[in-house]
Amino acid sequence: MSDYRGVDYYELDDLLTEEERMVRDTTRDFVSEAIMPIIGECYEEGRFPMEIIPQVGELGLLGPNLPEEYGGAGLGPVAYGLIMQELERGDSGIRSFVSVQGSLVMWPIFAYGSEEQKAKWLPAMAKGEKIGCFGLTEPDHGSNPAGMVTHAKQDGGDWIINGAKMWITNGTISDVAVVWARTDEGIQGFLVEKGTPGFSAPEQKRKYSLRASVTSELVFEDVRIPDANRLPGVTGLKGPLGCLSQARYGIAWGGLGAAMACYDEALEYTKGREQFGKPLAGFQLVQQKLANMVTEITKGQLLVWRLGKLKEAGKVRPQHVSMAKRNNVGRALEIARVARDMLGANGITAEYQCMRHMCNLESVNTYEGTYDIHTLILGQDVTGIAAFA
Amino acid sequence: MKIVACVKRVPATDTRVKVGIDGVSVDTAQVEWVINPYDEFAVEAALQIKEKAGEGEVTIVSLAPPEATKELRTCLAMGADKAILLSDPDASSRDAQLTATALAKVISELSPDLVLTGKLAVDRDQGQVGSLIAAKLGWACLTEIKALEIADGKAVCERSGEGGNREKYDVALPAVLTCTKGLNEPRYASLKGIMAAKKKPIDERPADLGEARMAIKSLELPAERSEGRIVGEGAEAVPELVRLLREEAKLL
Repeated sequence: MSDYRGVDYYELDDLLTEEERMVRDTTRDFVSEAIMPIIGECYEEGRFPMEIIPQVGELGLLGPNLPEEYGGAGLGPVAYGLIMQELERGDSGIRSFVSVQGSLVMWPIFAYGSEEQKAKWLPAMAKGEKIGCFGLTEPDHGSNPAGMVTHAKQDGGDWIINGAKMWITNGTISDVAVVWARTDEGIQGFLVEKGTPGFSAPEQKRKYSLRASVTSELVFEDVRIPDANRLPGVTGLKGPLGCLSQARYGIAWGGLGAAMACYDEALEYTKGREQFGKPLAGFQLVQQKLANMVTEITKGQLLVWRLGKLKEAGKVRPQHVSMAKRNNVGRALEIARVARDMLGANGITAEYQCMRHMCNLESVNTYEGTYDIHTLILGQDVTGIAAFA
Repeated sequence: MKIVACVKRVPATDTRVKVGIDGVSVDTAQVEWVINPYDEFAVEAALQIKEKAGEGEVTIVSLAPPEATKELRTCLAMGADKAILLSDPDASSRDAQLTATALAKVISELSPDLVLTGKLAVDRDQGQVGSLIAAKLGWACLTEIKALEIADGKAVCERSGEGGNREKYDVALPAVLTCTKGLNEPRYASLKGIMAAKKKPIDERPADLGEARMAIKSLELPAERSEGRIVGEGAEAVPELVRLLREEAKLL
């Protein structure tokens, strides 16, 4: 098998700095050598490969955009996006692990946390010694987080948390959960540590998607935590939404990675497999599919590259991120489904990747703002009229 | 301890090579460049020696076209201290003699304790440069080392000899050692390393080559393999297979 080289139909490498290309290549090599050989089996077994965490930390893939004093590498948005792209070329579950740790746990601690909280968690999390998760979604409140029922009540110098969160990536393996709860002052974030009495994180099993990733419930029954565990820097829904903008940015890049893996697989497969005396790639229906795929990937690359530049310049709006997340994950899911079809019967086996990506992308299309919710965000942005409810 | 690691950028090993229009060189238009894999062992070995000693300096030297900074930057990101790019637009076509001449000149200027390089570059597969550098400098040379340690001012090396014999050597320094698979597992450039590499110097200077004593006359791709043939199945096919191997393929 030849080495994976990504997709660059429009010579977009020219838009990247040498440093960005190096970051991408180092992540790509890591995925080829450490993820690809094990991921199929992990997926079948429904197992997240814990054994890769030390190397992921050593490479610097956890919170790489944070400053060096907190264990980051001070990377820019494009380099960060390229990391997500390459990780999701391997598997959406692996990218999810890194996204949650970096964008949904380290980032809010960095942006909203106290100095003590930053010093305690960030360097250890950057090394992968500590794992985190992010609790916003609830069993009955997905697209409408403002309806959350989990609440925290002040009791002397402590807080008592009651409620439940659901669909929480990394939950069961986490040392700390960033939990958003309703308080008398509005929605606030709390750091709840593993082992705190009344707190449990049972794993949600029986998934057909993201099988190489841990998904959990978080349950809070009179969980008492000190005020020092509250994130002091933010009150209101803008706290969790700010985190989601960070993570969605990475997901927009990640979707491309999965799409590239499927396109690459479909291209190689159809060039190699012969039917009716010639390669499948020599048939018009197949070529049309490949042409559509490479065009959508190229458009998606331009979208996220520009999004990265807007972020770099401080001009990005959450709606910009919505457009890229919606488009790139939606198109990736279509590409994965078409690739699965193009591989025929082989496409359903664990020998190939496209069905694994396809099943994963069903989740990625839903989480962090569903495809339809991002449609409504864009609709509201261009018309000025909200159509959510 | 001052260590020089010589590296070459080469087309990735899975490149589908095409002959250029000049008929003597590889068409590099669609080529993906990488650090010669054997040279990566040399870089890793140099970094490990420095890390173990807790002091020292690792310099990367490469004969390369002026635009080929990415591979050098990658070595710096792995942890090397500085790099010298001996700029030569036709670097990949140079014969071993000229390459070694240019490298040896810079090395004698740097006067390191140890020079490490790959046992060969996978593009031309000649394996001459390491030995030629040693010859020009009058230093000891050991090829294809699989283990290396620095002890009492000497390089303690192992290599495989004829029939897989393990040969152990003490090599007086300065010396040139060429590295092969098994010596170590080259590290990835970490993200912090990549950011730190931005601030490390790449000193670019024209390669001092001298006059070529040979030139490549032509370059042809190997003939395409002809299609296989199924002779039969099971034990009864063996006599026919042996006959064909003897009479047709002339392998027996």
